[in-house]
Amino acid sequence: MKIIKILIPTLLLAAISISFASDKIYSFANSNQELIFESLLEELRCLVCQNQSLADSGSGLATDLRDEVYQMVLEDNSHQTIKKFLVERYGNFVLYDPPLNPSTSILWFAPFLMAIIAVGLILFFSNRPKQN
Amino acid sequence: MVAFLIVGLQLDPRKVPSPLIGKQIPQFNLLELSANETFITNKDLPSTPYLLNVWASWCGACLEEHRLLKQISELGSLKIVGLNYKDDYSEATKWLLRYGDPYIQKIFDPEARLGLNLGVYGVPETFLIDESGTIVYKHIGPLTFETYSLLLQQLESKKL
Repeated sequence: MKIIKILIPTLLLAAISISFASDKIYSFANSNQELIFESLLEELRCLVCQNQSLADSGSGLATDLRDEVYQMVLEDNSHQTIKKFLVERYGNFVLYDPPLNPSTSILWFAPFLMAIIAVGLILFFSNRPKQN
Repeated sequence: MVAFLIVGLQLDPRKVPSPLIGKQIPQFNLLELSANETFITNKDLPSTPYLLNVWASWCGACLEEHRLLKQISELGSLKIVGLNYKDDYSEATKWLLRYGDPYIQKIFDPEARLGLNLGVYGVPETFLIDESGTIVYKHIGPLTFETYSLLLQQLESKKL
């Protein structure tokens, strides 16, 4: 019983804070704009509240960036243009899914490299004659 | 793996590298935070190397670096331009009256127009701008004496 007494107010508080994060209503000229907006917000990472996307973050900077994205969507900028605009200012860090380029290559290839090394080590040690 | 972990632990995830290093200060036309309420644009910025310090009266960490900024301005070793970020005009003015004003120019940016173009994501942040208006360095968080002397050294070695 005690747990429930604590749990219910906590869940209620959580629900309130979630609705606060997205209390602004954005309206669009057409459904294509809305689609671009929604997909961009999911792709872009909030810099202050890391590991939250712009869509579900309530921080001041996230609001600014969200409004900027909204303005650019209304001005009929493409998905690519808006993404480029933000990367030019905040770096690849704003993207959840970093693009493949020299500075991020280690991120992409390290797992394969490690797998190859691991397989190599297993083969090397399993082929060695047993000591005893 | 261990090496990655050690390096990874030393990296601060909040220190997002700026893609603006090596680029020009973005174009802007904003109110000046001063009694005469004139506009300030890129053309009004110093033609010698200077620090562009992003601050706000609501920012606690800005007060931490304020003493150092005042010392720098008193020494006259580097000019400091202030970028007042998402602040209230009278609050910012009051703050400067109370704690002292180290800036030769102050840009008032309540809607983070220039701030957004500079990739500012928190205050304080300090940029080193060279004589051609190019961003050379970005410091995130309160400016430290170590960073300041390092920048000064680099500027002087460039001159020689």
